[in-house]
Amino acid sequence: MSTPLLSVRNLQKYFPTSRNVGFRKEKLQVKAVDGISFDLMKGETLGLVGESGCGKTTAGRTILKLIEPTAGEIVFDGKDITKLRPGLMTPLRAQMQIIFQDPFSALNPRQTVGKIIAAPFEIQKVTPEGGVKKEVAALMERVGLNPEHYNRYPHEFSGGQRQRIGIARAIALKPKLIVADEPVSALDVSIQAQVINLIDDLQKADGISIVFIAHDLSVVQHISDRVAVMYLGKIMEIAKTEDLFTAPHHPYTTALLSAVPQPDPRSERTRERIILKGDLPSPINPPAGCVFNTRCWKAQDICRSKTPELLTVGKSQVACHFPE
Amino acid sequence: MKNLLEIKDLKVTFPTDDGFVHAVDGVSISVAPGETVAIVGESGSGKTVTSLSVIGLHNRRVTQISGSIIVNDKNESLDIVSAPLDKIRSYRGRVVSMIFQDPMSSLHPYYRIGSQLAEAYLVHNPGQKEAANKKAVEMLELVGIPEPQVRAKEYPHQFSGGMRQRVMIAMALMNDPAVLIADEPTTALDVTVQAQILQLLKDLQKKLNMGILLITHDLGVVAQVADRVSVMYAGRIVEQGNVDDIFYSPHAPYTLGLLKSVPRIGAKSSERLKAIPGQPPSLINLPTGCAFAPRCEYISLAPSGSCESLKPELLGSNSEHKSRCHVPEDKRDKTFAAEIKGARA
Amino acid sequence: MVVYGVFSILPFDPAALTCGQKCTPQVIEANRIKLGFDKPLWEQYWLFLSGIFLGRTYGAGSAEFSCPAPSFGYSFNENMCVTDMLKEALPVTINLAIGAFIIWIIVGVGLGLLAAKFRGRYPDTLSSVFVLLGTSLPTFVTGLFLLIYVSIKWKIVPLSLEGYKSLFDDPLGYFRYFILGWITLAIAYAAFYTRFTRATVLETLGEDYIRTARAKGLTERVVLLKHTMRAVLAPITTSAGLDIAGLIGGAIITESILNLAGLGRMTIQAVYEFDLSVVVATTMLAATVVITMNLIVDIAYGYLDPRVRMK
Repeated sequence: MSTPLLSVRNLQKYFPTSRNVGFRKEKLQVKAVDGISFDLMKGETLGLVGESGCGKTTAGRTILKLIEPTAGEIVFDGKDITKLRPGLMTPLRAQMQIIFQDPFSALNPRQTVGKIIAAPFEIQKVTPEGGVKKEVAALMERVGLNPEHYNRYPHEFSGGQRQRIGIARAIALKPKLIVADEPVSALDVSIQAQVINLIDDLQKADGISIVFIAHDLSVVQHISDRVAVMYLGKIMEIAKTEDLFTAPHHPYTTALLSAVPQPDPRSERTRERIILKGDLPSPINPPAGCVFNTRCWKAQDICRSKTPELLTVGKSQVACHFPE
Repeated sequence: MKNLLEIKDLKVTFPTDDGFVHAVDGVSISVAPGETVAIVGESGSGKTVTSLSVIGLHNRRVTQISGSIIVNDKNESLDIVSAPLDKIRSYRGRVVSMIFQDPMSSLHPYYRIGSQLAEAYLVHNPGQKEAANKKAVEMLELVGIPEPQVRAKEYPHQFSGGMRQRVMIAMALMNDPAVLIADEPTTALDVTVQAQILQLLKDLQKKLNMGILLITHDLGVVAQVADRVSVMYAGRIVEQGNVDDIFYSPHAPYTLGLLKSVPRIGAKSSERLKAIPGQPPSLINLPTGCAFAPRCEYISLAPSGSCESLKPELLGSNSEHKSRCHVPEDKRDKTFAAEIKGARA
Repeated sequence: MVVYGVFSILPFDPAALTCGQKCTPQVIEANRIKLGFDKPLWEQYWLFLSGIFLGRTYGAGSAEFSCPAPSFGYSFNENMCVTDMLKEALPVTINLAIGAFIIWIIVGVGLGLLAAKFRGRYPDTLSSVFVLLGTSLPTFVTGLFLLIYVSIKWKIVPLSLEGYKSLFDDPLGYFRYFILGWITLAIAYAAFYTRFTRATVLETLGEDYIRTARAKGLTERVVLLKHTMRAVLAPITTSAGLDIAGLIGGAIITESILNLAGLGRMTIQAVYEFDLSVVVATTMLAATVVITMNLIVDIAYGYLDPRVRMK
C-alpha cells in the first residue's frame, strides 16, 4: 500500500501584514509556512512538532483548506485539492476533520452536546443507519461519555470531557484524516493520558490517519509513527519516531530534545543540555539560507547563504548542510 | 539555620455562588536558604492559592485564611496571615518576591522596562532614583539581557516572551529577596526558552542563596530543578519529600498515578499510558474520607472502609518523606516499587 | 462643496431673501447681481473658495463693499461679513466647550474612579444613578430646567440678557454668563465619562501587570492612580478630543435655550433664515475642527500608547 493518503509538496502560506515606517505603510509578509513537503499514509500518525511561530498550526489548517494556501500542492486521496473552491470542498470535508486545542472555545456554548455531535450529519446531509440520535449515543459511548448527557450544555462538562465531545464530533463521519491541533495541551496532566489513550485507540480501531500537532515532545513520541520537526515555517527533519528520538540528525532536533525536562531527577542532574543562544527570528524576516543558522552552533558561511534541501541521511530526511 | 519560609497549617476558603470553596486545607511547607521546593499539582489542587497567600495577594475582602506563613529574613520576620496590610506590602518585592506565569501580560505596556525595574527598588528605598536606575541596569545584565543600558529604555512589547520573563525575574530580585515564589514561570514559554530560564533561576539561586518556591504541574520541570517536593491534591498535601524519594519511591497513590501517566521520551511507545481514571473532585463538596479515594486503585489494600470515611493524616516512617494514605507504608513500598519500575522502562 | 451643492438645489431664490417684505423685483435683481448669484454655479463656488484666501468684493461701482480675507461670504440678514460674525461667536463657543470640558472631565473621571474602587458599594450605586440621569436627560431638558429654576425662580444667576462678557473684562459676569451652559453640558458628558472610566478602570484592574505592581509592594493608591490611570488615559483622551471637537461645532440646543451667542445658535438661526453663507461657513469650520482634532488625537495616542508608536 504505497499511495499516500495525503501528499503535501512545497506548501506555502504567507500572511500579508503592514508596518508603519514614518508615514508610509510598508507591506510585509509573515512567512508562516514556507515550503513544506511530506506524505501521510493510511492509518499513520504523523507528529508535527515545533515551538511557537514555527508554523505547525497554520500548516495543519492549510492542509484541511481551512486556510487557503499561498503556493504549493495538496493531494488528498488522489485528488489535488490545492485550488479547489470552498464550495467543492464541502463533500470532501466528511473525510477530513479537525480537533481543536481549547476545549472551552471549540464548542458552541449555546448548543447541547447532542446537537454538537450531530452537526456533521446535518451539514453533510447524511443519515447514519439507525438514525442520528442512535449514532450520537453510540459515539458518546465510544469516547467515554454517558449517552444520557446528550441534552447537557458544554459548560456542564470538564475540560477533558469537552475534549472528548470534540473528538466524538470529529469521528462522527468516519473521516480518513484528522488534524489534531494540540488536543491535550490545555488539559491537566492526569487527564491528558486519558485523552491520548482515547485518540490512540480510535485511530487503531478505525485506521484514521492523524496529523498530530503538538509542542510537547513526550506526547508526540508516544503517539506518532513518524515525526516532522518544524522551525520558522520549514521542516528541519522528518523521521520514524524511534529514529528521531534516539538518533536525531538535525542540530535543532538535538537542541529540542536536550531541552525537554524528563521526570527523572538523577538523569536530569547529569545530562548535558544544549542551551540555544539568541532569540527566535521573526517570520516576517527569516534569516537567509538555513533559517536555523542564527542559533546553530555549527553554522558556516554556506548555512547563511544556501537553503538546505530535505535530503535523506541514514533513515531520516534532514534539511541541514552539516547533519549529525 | 532558620528556614526562610515556614507555612504552617494554612487553610484558605472563599465563598462562591455554589458554596464555600476549600481551596487550601491544612498545608505546611518550609523552604530553607539555597533550596528549591516545588509544589506540584493540577488545576484545583490549591497550589496557586497557596502561592498567592504567601505574599498576601488573595482577595482580602472575601477570603478567609488561617494558619501561619512566617517569612524570615536576616534580622526580621513576619507572619503574613496575621500581619496588617501595610507590613505585608513592605515585604512584597523586598523580602518575598513573586513571578507569574504569563510574561507577555505581566509587564505594564506603557512604561519603560528600566523605570518599571527602578520602581521595584524605589518602593522600598524612596528617593534613591540614581541608585535605582543603576541597579536596574545591573539586574538586567545579571539575568542575561544583552546591552542592558539600551534595553532599559525600551518598552515591554519590544521584548520576546523569554526576555520578558527574564525582566520579571530581574524585577523580583531588585531588592535581594530571601524567597522567590515562581508560579508556573515557564509554562507559557517554548521548551528551549524554558531550559534557559530554569538554568537562569538555578544560577541565580546559587549566587544569592535565596529560597525558591516553585509552583508547577510539569513533573519534568520538578525533576530538573527541585530539591524537595510537595504534591498537592484537592487542597491538601498528599506527599512531601526530597525529589529522589518522590520520583523513585513515591508513597502516595496519586503521585504514583501521575508518574505512570506521564509520557516519557525513551519509553516504549507501544504501551498505553496508565491514566488515572475519573476526575479531580469539586472543592465545594469534598468527599468524606480521602479525596483521592474515588480514583484510587489501591483501596483494597487498606483496612476496609477507611478510605471512604476517614481522612488520612500526613505521616511517614522517615520524617523527611511523608504521605497521606491508609494503606500501610510497607505494603505500599512493595506494590509501588514494581509499578514504578514498569513506568520507567 | 457638499453644503454648497445642497443649498443650490434647494427650491428658493437666495437673492429674494436679501430683502424683507418690502422688496421689489428690481431690488432683488440688483442684489442678485451685487452678491454674485447671477453667475453660474461653478463660478459662484470658485468665487467663494478664492474669497477665503483673498477676500471678496461684492457689487460694483459706488455700491461696492468688500469682506477682507479670509472671507467666508456675506450675510445680508445680519448685514455683516461672515468672518466678523464668526469672530464674535467663536470665542463664546470655545469658552463654553472648554469650561464644560474641565468640569465634565474632573467629575466624570473622578466619579468613575470612585465607582470602580468602591465597586458594589454605595459610591458605585450613587454614581450609577448619576449616570442614568445624565444619559437620559437631553440637554434641552437640563438646560430649560436650570434656566427656569436657577435663573428665573431662584434668581441665583441672572438671565444673560446682556451678551458675552470676556473673562478678562468682567470675571463675575463671565462666570454668570457661562455657568448654566457649562453645567448643562457637563451633566450629559460627565455621565458618559463616569461610565466609561469605571468600565475601563475595572477592566484594567484585572490585568496581570496590575498584579505585578501589587507584588512589588506598591500601595493600592499608587496602583490605582499611577498604573491604572496611565492605561486608562489613552482611550479617554481619544474620546475627549473628539467630544470637544464636536462641541466646537456648536452646542446648538444648549446655546439656543440659554441664549449664548455662540456658533451653535448662529448656525441654527442661519438655517431658519436660509442664510447660505453663514451655514456654509460654520459647517466648514466645524468640519475643519473635527478633522484637525482627529489628527491631534491620533498623534497623542501614539505618545500615550508606545505599542502604537513604533512598528
